[in-house]
Amino acid sequence: MTAQVEVHIQLKPGMLDPQGETLENALAAIGYQGVRGMRVGKWITFEIEADNPDTVEAQVDEMCSRLLANPIIERYEYQVTREAHT
Amino acid sequence: MSKVSIGVVRFPGTNCDQDVFDAVADIELARPVWLWHKETNLQDVKGVVLAGGFSYGDYLRAGAIARFSPIMEEVIRFASDGGPVLGICNGFQILTEAELLPGALMRNNRLTFVCRPQRLRVEARDTPFTRRYAHRQIVSFPVAHAEGSFAADASVIERLEDEGRVVFRYVDERGGNGPDANPNGSMNDIAGVINKVGNVLGLMPHPDRAMHEMVGSADGRGIFEGLVETAA
Repeated sequence: MTAQVEVHIQLKPGMLDPQGETLENALAAIGYQGVRGMRVGKWITFEIEADNPDTVEAQVDEMCSRLLANPIIERYEYQVTREAHT
Repeated sequence: MSKVSIGVVRFPGTNCDQDVFDAVADIELARPVWLWHKETNLQDVKGVVLAGGFSYGDYLRAGAIARFSPIMEEVIRFASDGGPVLGICNGFQILTEAELLPGALMRNNRLTFVCRPQRLRVEARDTPFTRRYAHRQIVSFPVAHAEGSFAADASVIERLEDEGRVVFRYVDERGGNGPDANPNGSMNDIAGVINKVGNVLGLMPHPDRAMHEMVGSADGRGIFEGLVETAA
């Protein structure tokens, strides 16, 4: 089977996000007032072939903690959607 | 006396490799050796330097992908055996990603690439890399980075301070902690840290660009001299 994976990565709460702050200021400069708490993250999508669907989530979690995210400064979430071959 | 071999690691995107190679070559008794990232042995070098640059284009996070290059397994083993390892700029980022050093290097707080001569205070001189400096000596090394803001959990920062593992701290032109001291927003003005054992040092500023008065500072020589002395 093939699984579709979406990974969302963001700086942990409390970690300074200068990109988010700068975008807030830029939005204010072009007329959008009241924007607060902007955080810039990463959205990663991929497919994965898996013989055993039960192991996919564990595998994705490991991918996130070892490479895709840096758990010291970032938190991550993922969604795995199983799709059977037709 | 035979020369001491010091390995200079090159990843795709490393761009201070020649500076480091020349810095090492400039130290009497040292012989620089190229180490390509795909190699799986360190050719019997007695010390290793990870140079600055943009390994793997800084894709994902600075240092994140280089950390899994084949040579890194050997560098980690070498460090675990007590061999001296120095990471400069991107090399520092790689060492934190490899968990040879604590913390992480985040985007500079002012979103700018900082490139300027930077004053630092040598906070710890009982390391293999700083024994040539005086206690609390102020030195000047250039900085050149966009992701150099050292960050870690409060408990980690506290431990680093308590154990005297903050080796270099940013200071201002007068050697103080004024508002202009810190170029990137790093916690506690940290510019460089060492591991618990004391053989792996990472720092954002470039001692490799401070090897001759002709280029503004020769303060960087001490680090390479210390490294070579330790490795010998």
